[in-house]
This record gives sequence, structure tokens and C-alpha cells, in this order.
Amino acid sequence: MSTATAPVQAGDPGYIDISESHRPSFLRLVGVEIRKMTDTKAGLWLLIVIGAVTVIINAAFLIWGPDDLTFNDFLQFSGMPQGILLPVLAVLLVTQEWGQRTGLVTFSLVPHRGRVLVAKLAAAIVFVLAAFAVAVLIATLLTPISGASDGWDGVSVGWLSRSILALVIGAVWGYAFGAALLNSAFAIVSYFAVPMVVSIVTAIWTSAQEKLLWFDLSTSSTRLFESDSLSGEEWAQIGTGVLLWVALPLAIGVWRILRAEIK
Amino acid sequence: MIKVENLTKKYGDFTAVNDISFVSQPGRVTGFLGPNGAGKSTSMRMMVGLTKADRGSVTIGGHNYMDIPNPGQHVGVLLDASAQHAGRTGREVLALSAATMGLPASRVDEMLHLVSLTDNEAKRRVKNYSLGMRQRLGIANALMGDPSVLILDEPANGLDPAGIRWMRGLLKGYADRGGTVLLSSHLLHEVQMIADDLVMIGRGEIVAQGTPEELLRDSGTFFRALEADQLVTALAENGIEATPVADGFRTDAEPVQVGKVAAERQITLVELKLADGGLEDLFLELTAETQRETYTEGADK
Ligand SMILES: Nc1ncnc2c1ncn2[C@@H]1O[C@H](COP(=O)(O)OP(=O)(O)OP(=O)(O)O)[C@@H](O)[C@H]1O
Ligand SMILES: [Mg+2]
Repeated sequence: MSTATAPVQAGDPGYIDISESHRPSFLRLVGVEIRKMTDTKAGLWLLIVIGAVTVIINAAFLIWGPDDLTFNDFLQFSGMPQGILLPVLAVLLVTQEWGQRTGLVTFSLVPHRGRVLVAKLAAAIVFVLAAFAVAVLIATLLTPISGASDGWDGVSVGWLSRSILALVIGAVWGYAFGAALLNSAFAIVSYFAVPMVVSIVTAIWTSAQEKLLWFDLSTSSTRLFESDSLSGEEWAQIGTGVLLWVALPLAIGVWRILRAEIK
Repeated sequence: MIKVENLTKKYGDFTAVNDISFVSQPGRVTGFLGPNGAGKSTSMRMMVGLTKADRGSVTIGGHNYMDIPNPGQHVGVLLDASAQHAGRTGREVLALSAATMGLPASRVDEMLHLVSLTDNEAKRRVKNYSLGMRQRLGIANALMGDPSVLILDEPANGLDPAGIRWMRGLLKGYADRGGTVLLSSHLLHEVQMIADDLVMIGRGEIVAQGTPEELLRDSGTFFRALEADQLVTALAENGIEATPVADGFRTDAEPVQVGKVAAERQITLVELKLADGGLEDLFLELTAETQRETYTEGADK
């Protein structure tokens, strides 16, 4: 066994020619991440539940709710369960690599961890878009059945985009908590507990309600689901909320994952 | 070929891996041997960029692992066979790796066949796998991309004797075709059977490296003879001291020296070989230094 210190170069016996080696494309990585969410019982059931609850909640309102439900109403019904469950899915996308320690394989095959992280984020957004498409489909089918005379009032590209934005913010929020905490249970509990605490504080400390809206993202972002457009101040409040609850934990999470020892 | 140079990893004050250097050559199986906590897994994680080294470098085939575009196709890695999603089927585990590397799904079947996991077993979820089946799955995963370098952490762990023999054949064949194999173990016998080269590590430092023969050379010679007393006397006349061991004798001289003396005196040798236990002693010395046994004895009063 030699311990010569000259670097191994092309032509040396142990040299590996990597000129024909191509790194996995970003699309392929996103596909793999989507697949990872559908190939376990837990992930598959979460997807089934998201779909089923969306259908059931709309059907329930159609049958037992008021008579003149509009497209907007139906889309908002879908938004409730989806707004809760899609972030959970986003949490799991990140944390499963740690909880199940699959990161050992994932990050051996793709050692540039940032690529995996971006692929996971993209996968989360693909799921959001798919869920939203289902919601739109359901609302489109149910609006004529419901028979409201002004069924399509208020439907606009702006509003639809704001609804997607709300769902995306929720998913990225979950993703950020997952990345920062790297533990499914921790991340899911904190994701729900933290806004709840903020809302409780807001409810009790009434004199500060206006000011707290700048921190209370779960309240300020629900405005996105409403069909009338937002004021500049409302946008700004969503902005500060996103900075605090999404951008900050995301930055911490990315920093942590890029540096962490995977074991 | 894996080239490790001055690799060091500290956890706070504790040095888990201390300035280790060695080369794992193509066409050979290198055994990375050391007691529990010696730093084998930490070193292997550093080789593939999962743990950042504090100092030193590793090149695989002349490259930094991070610079290999599709590393799975060049370096097969098995770090922990239990680190799989318990809810995935064995086949799916392999399929995900194949998809990541951009390999056809047929490759998954080839690998399952290679490690003798049946179709039925491949459909089971990993949580229902035995340790040995997980190990086979992990080996299949490492071999998936047809790599020229293998890095395997305790691959024989959990395999039955037939499984170990199978793996020895697999890795030997792999090395014979020019592949580089680095495998770790804390069991001397296991590695001795498979490895062409040995790197012994204890408490984060390399304490010995070479072929098993080289390492055994210093351990002396064991012999048995019909006219044992005559031979011992004759050896003494030649300045070679022999001490009784078990049913024979041990000496620091080379086997050839003993053989020559025996031939001159027409003494019938029954057994002449490098003394066993040289490696074993070295290894146990290492293990003893970590004093784990003493701690446990002290603990249960
Ligand atoms: N994150 C960490 N913080 C502190 N110490 C650590 C950390 N990771 C590993 N160590 C220590 O580093 C040493 C080497 O561990 P390592 O897992 O590399 O040993 P090993 O040779 O693989 O042992 P085994 O045969 O038991 O697998 C151990 O003493 C371990 O406790
Ligand atoms: Mg280990």
C-alpha cells in the first residue's frame, strides 16, 4: 500500500473519468421528491385525506349549507382544509429525511444539499398547485348546481392568484418550520401552536390588535382568500408576517441543513 | 481508488478522527478495522461529504466527492443499512435511487436478483425486513449505479455465515474486475477473510496498515515437530529462541529460518506457519486501550 502524495490524474490506474457523468436534472429531482411523498403509507394517506376532505367539505356545504353558494364560497371551503394540510405535507417532505434517516442515501446521491432542498420546495409547490386545481374543478362543477344567480361574481385572475399565494405561503411556512426543526412532530406542533398563541395574544390584548396584525400571519394571510383586493397596509402586514414566520425560519433551516452532519 | 490524507474531525474537544492517511487501491479490498467508536463511520461520512472534515482531504478516483456530477454512478455508498424509510418497500427504495441516478427501472430487478431478494420480499415494507435483508438491500443500493468504488460501513453486520461468504465472493469478484472496495468492520475474522489490505484504526488514529501478511510478519512463527526438543535445542544453537505455545512452539524468527534448521538436522516438521493471533493481539490491544470492558465491569458493581 503506497501513501504517495501526488494527486491521482487522468491515466493513472485509480483515476475515474467523470467527463461523461451528468448530474441529475432539477426536474428529475423534483419528480423523485414528489414520488417520495406518494410511496409511503403516511404520505399517500395524507394526499388521499387532502383530496377526500376537499370533496367532502364542499359536498357538505352544497347539501346542508345556504342555497346561493358562489364559486368564491366553494373555493374558500376548499381553502380551509387545504390551508391546514398542505403545510403538513411540506413539513414531512423535509423532515422525513431526518426522521427516517433516508438523508444518508439522498445526500450521498446528491451531495449538493441545496439542490435537494430547492427540489423539495418545488415539489411542495407542485402539490399546492394540484390541490388548488382540484379545488377549482370542484367549485366549477358545484357552482351551477348550487344555482346562485351571482355564482361567478368576484372571480378574477387577481383573486385566484391571491388564493394560490395564500396556499403557497402556508406550504412554505410549513416547509420552513420543518427545515428549521428537522423533526416532524416538533415542526407540525410548532406550526399550529405558534400562530395559535399569536391569535390568543391578539384576542386578549385588544388594545394592541392593530399592531399585532403585523406579526399575525395566519390572520393577515386569510385576507388573501377574500375576493376584494388588499390595501397597501394589508400587503405590508402579510410581508412582515412572512419575513418573521417564513423567511426567518427558512433561512435558519437552510443554514442548518447545509452545515449539518448527516448521520 | 480512494485517497485519504491527513483527515481530521473534532467534536468540541474530542478528536474522533485524528490525522489519518491511507490509500484504498483499485483491484483490492481494503478492510477498515477498528473497535467500536474508533472513528470508522465518521471517516466514511467525511469521504462522501456528509460530515465536513476539520482538516485533510479525500479524493475518490482523483476527485473530490462533491465534484462528481452523478456520484452514485461512480461511488457506491452504504453507510447504514437501517437508515431506510420503514414504510417503503424494498423495491421502492431501490427505485428511488435508480430514478435519482437516471437509471432504467430494469436495473432495480437486476440488483434485487444480484443480492437474492425475491420478488415477494422486494414487495414487503422495509420495517418488516430482517437485519440481513436490510443489509442486502443496502448493498444492492450501493451497487445500483455500477460504480467503480465501493464504500461500505459494516456491510457484513447481520449477515449469516452463508451471507458473509456470498458477500466475500461478491466483493472479491468486484475487486478482481478492477473495482476499489473499502469496507469497515469491528470483527477481525470477518475482515481477514475478505480484505487484501488492512487499515487498523483505534481512537481515531491509524495504528497499523498493510496486507494481513505484512502485519502478521512481526508476530513470529509457530511450529510443531516430531522431534520437538531436538529442534528447540538446534534453534537455540543458531541463536533462535523458541517458547512453548499450546501444542507447539513460537519464535520471533521467520518460518524459513526454522525450516532451514529443521532440514539441516533432518527433523520432521508437522506444522510451520506465521503465528496466529498477531493481528488478534494487536486488535485486542487496541480494544483494550479504549477500556470499554473495564467501564462496564465497574458499572455493574
Ligand atoms: N456528533 C458527535 N458529537 C460528539 N461525538 C461524536 C459525534 N459523532 C461521533 N462522535 C464520536 O466519535 C467517535 C467515533 O464514532 P464512529 O461512529 O465514527 O465510530 P465507529 O468506528 O464507526 O464505531 P462502530 O464500530 O461502533 O460503528 C465515537 O467516540 C463517537 O462517540
Ligand atoms: Mg460505525
